[in-house]
Amino acid sequence: MLLVPCPYCGPRPEVEFRCGGEAHIARPADPDALDDAAWAEYLFIRKSPKGVHAERWLHAHGCGRWFNALRNTVSDAFIASYEMGQPRPDSAGGR
Amino acid sequence: MRRFSISSLLSEALNAHQGWSRQWRNPEPKPAYDAIIIGGGGHGLGAAYYLAKEHGLTNIAVLEKGWIGGGNSGRNTTIIRSNYLYDESAALYEHAVKLWEGLSQDLNYNVMFSQRGVLMLAHTQHDVQSFKRHVYANRLNGIDNEWLTREEAKAFCPPLNISPDIRYPVMGAALQRRGGTARHDAVVWGYARAADALGVDILQNCEVTAITRGPDGAVTGVETTRGPIRAKKIGVSAAGHTSMVMAMAGVRMPLESFPLQALVSEPVKPCFPCVLMSNAVHAYISQSDKGELVIGAGTDQYVSYSQQGGLHITTHTLDAICELFPQFTRMKMLRNWGGIVDVTPDRSPIIGKTPVPGLYVNCGWGTGGFKATPGSAHVFAHTIARDAPHPINAPFTLDRFRTGRLIDEAAAAAVAH
Repeated sequence: MLLVPCPYCGPRPEVEFRCGGEAHIARPADPDALDDAAWAEYLFIRKSPKGVHAERWLHAHGCGRWFNALRNTVSDAFIASYEMGQPRPDSAGGR
Repeated sequence: MRRFSISSLLSEALNAHQGWSRQWRNPEPKPAYDAIIIGGGGHGLGAAYYLAKEHGLTNIAVLEKGWIGGGNSGRNTTIIRSNYLYDESAALYEHAVKLWEGLSQDLNYNVMFSQRGVLMLAHTQHDVQSFKRHVYANRLNGIDNEWLTREEAKAFCPPLNISPDIRYPVMGAALQRRGGTARHDAVVWGYARAADALGVDILQNCEVTAITRGPDGAVTGVETTRGPIRAKKIGVSAAGHTSMVMAMAGVRMPLESFPLQALVSEPVKPCFPCVLMSNAVHAYISQSDKGELVIGAGTDQYVSYSQQGGLHITTHTLDAICELFPQFTRMKMLRNWGGIVDVTPDRSPIIGKTPVPGLYVNCGWGTGGFKATPGSAHVFAHTIARDAPHPINAPFTLDRFRTGRLIDEAAAAAVAH
């Protein structure tokens, strides 16, 4: 089980959280202007990287707040967690 | 290839079994092939076999970064069934079951396909209605599936606890009698041996590091850890690593890779007659011919390539197993492990062409690819050889995520499968 670093509550066991998948996918401002391929890109295409992944977490059984985290998908080690709306931190020092 | 038969077995028995030779070669890579398959699991080796056998393409190679069958082919729970709801899925998985039924004879290799029956438990009124709908839909597609009452389910699977006092009492079950299990390693080895005999090069410890493309955009070959290899057709059958391999050709995929866990118990005498699944409480269990209980757990909620998952996922499954089968509460679990499964948004696979000419992909099998191995390999080979899909895999395009013609088994089954 992962120890998830909630930026508001500190490290807590994974069972308190829901993972919300890839972070920083902005809903297109004007969906009507998109063609089907661009809409599919927004809805379905995911990076699923082998390495550092920026993802959303919800502390459902805790503070109830969403946040973003950087995690290495090979070691499963968290590198950083940060508030929603913040830019993705530099992960050069990531494990 | 020396055929296995009663006479070859008898002659080797008299020869102290000293005359058996290697079942497939370990060749050096050639500079070029007519086609290459990336991924030496059951799906990839099977595709190579059908390319050679049915389409006459024998100058081909299977590239495997580790050893054949060392990925999800060696990590799954070997359940085989075809009782899917939608016509497209039913056709695909039934195609596989029909091939399973003759596979040992076809490959001259015993894959230990055992049609012991797959029982799916219903625990809620919604389960009952949904499973009956599946039964009727399957019958319309010519697939055997029948509804059993709670008592009939108990008669078919005597260890089952049908007490009304458990947390989620059993309300009935759907039974596909033609479903069952097969020996996963034997499937890989059988395909490898048969493909090798037809001239296919199986290149192990040969990791693809780049896919090269010509000025017209079409693929021209791959760079590997054993040197460059040219090919005009490349089939990607890389399961959990598909996103990475496809990125080498600049194709982004609607996939996410998650760990999926399984575990086996200590081996015991035969005590469990069928395959039993319960989607509602999340229990998947059967007994291998060695005697181990083979148990499937769920996926973790996050993208990972660690090939291990959270212990709470397996604990959740074992809680359900112990309630349904109180006799197993004192069984010791021997090993658990994880595999990396590539999951599509609609939980149906992608088998077909890609935007890159000469590049084909077979992926997105999620948590249920083993059952489809022969059918998937067969239609993938057809797609590569003809540069056009077989009618069975025609709906399973990559393009369906753009057109919106999803095959939404995720909603149909309400669980990963």
